[in-house]
Amino acid sequence: MSEVKYSKEHEWIKLEGDVATIGITKHATEMLGDIVFAELPEKGSNVEKDGTAGVVESTKAASDVYTPVSGEVVDTNQEIVDDPSKINQDPENSAWFFKLKIKDKSEMDSLMNKDDYDKFAKETTT
Amino acid sequence: MEIKKTSLYQLHQDSNAKFVEFAGYQMPIQYSEGIVEEHKFTRNHSGIFDVSHMGQLFIYGDNELIEDLEKIFPLDLKNLKLNHSKYSFLMDQDAGIQDDLIITKINEGFLIILNAACKDNDFKILKELLNEKYKMILDENRSLIAIQGPKSSQILNEVIDGVKDLSFMSGNWFLFDNQKVYITRSGYTGEDGFEISISNDFADKLTRELIKKGSKLVGLGARDTLRLEAGLCLYGHDLDKNKTPVEANLKWAISKERISKGDFIGSDIIIKQLNDGVSKIRVGIRPEGRIIAREKTKIYNQSDVHIGEITSGTFGPSVNGPVAMGYVENKFSKKDTKVFLEVRGKKHAANICSLPFYKKSYVKGTN
Repeated sequence: MSEVKYSKEHEWIKLEGDVATIGITKHATEMLGDIVFAELPEKGSNVEKDGTAGVVESTKAASDVYTPVSGEVVDTNQEIVDDPSKINQDPENSAWFFKLKIKDKSEMDSLMNKDDYDKFAKETTT
Repeated sequence: MEIKKTSLYQLHQDSNAKFVEFAGYQMPIQYSEGIVEEHKFTRNHSGIFDVSHMGQLFIYGDNELIEDLEKIFPLDLKNLKLNHSKYSFLMDQDAGIQDDLIITKINEGFLIILNAACKDNDFKILKELLNEKYKMILDENRSLIAIQGPKSSQILNEVIDGVKDLSFMSGNWFLFDNQKVYITRSGYTGEDGFEISISNDFADKLTRELIKKGSKLVGLGARDTLRLEAGLCLYGHDLDKNKTPVEANLKWAISKERISKGDFIGSDIIIKQLNDGVSKIRVGIRPEGRIIAREKTKIYNQSDVHIGEITSGTFGPSVNGPVAMGYVENKFSKKDTKVFLEVRGKKHAANICSLPFYKKSYVKGTN
């Protein structure tokens, strides 16, 4: 059974076996507003925990997307590149960003569960 | 310094505005529907913009004032008809733009609409240039409400009868609730629309009536995407003291009559640039892909030589793609010239294009 965890940079991560699916949270999309551009890491590249692994842009500004864990990029979601508004519509499900073959499962330990994240998100709004 | 609020602040709050500080004012950047929806609603229907942070400068005087203002602005003010407006700029001696503005001839003198961030400085400069000869009021007691989009004429006319007969870039006094309001047919979105100068005490009431008739509040976020699609400049970004009107590709706004005489501030440089050309010029730029090139993005030619910089860039919801404006070396300013934009370390192909990105016709009157 897979558990979804959350980072302070407002990414969610769902681990199945040693493959993690990563996206940005609904709360993040609400803060960003209408997303009009998305850039994803290249398939086959390696990303490091807390490093940048993509960009989303609203009409107002660009924001980096970070990866909460290290790993090799095994898949990316071309659909959100072609139609970035999908990220606003379904951020925590079909509008995932990339999948990683992760290196070190213990990197998941420092991430938040849903309750803690919801609390964190509430505090960081305003 | 305390942050200022406009008289629509309560209405913005009631409408779930997200606020941002702009030029010392607490202004709505967007409401609950978001920038893209607000943008499209303005293009297809009618949007209301609170632009009360902008300066409304009334200068009172007669023929002597006209002569004195002609020494400042490159406009043929002697032939400007009553209630007609012109786009212009306040330049320094080097023709650097200190502000861009709309000046309207009113009965007792002129009304000048100034950018919020520049208005206090403009007031000081103008007062000095006019030797304090004239009564000048930078009116903080009036709000400025813009209503823009194809349905705006009909909606506003239901509330204030007669406005639909105004022609583009002209205005007049009307009555709302027995209050004198000055309305011009103008705007900053590329759509037909109006700007309403109204006493602060009645701004909220008027706006709520316009909303009841079907218009919707639109924030500064969509105002920016709308004006950029329309190819209109934003002061402090596309225009500043280091750019002249000729470089900004705004020579259409300089009166030919006045150039032949050349007796306004900055005229030496303007005439020289009109005769000899300029080294850099403002252009429209469209990236080939979806990449958004924002302000300060560097522009390169096909041989990887740095030739300019983006001054405004965003995603254009009506164009459904990225749009930008910037300054490039004159020889690379021709339409369809291929250039490259450096975004996050990578170069992306783009093309110089004509402005505006999005075009609609303004309503032309008979007078």
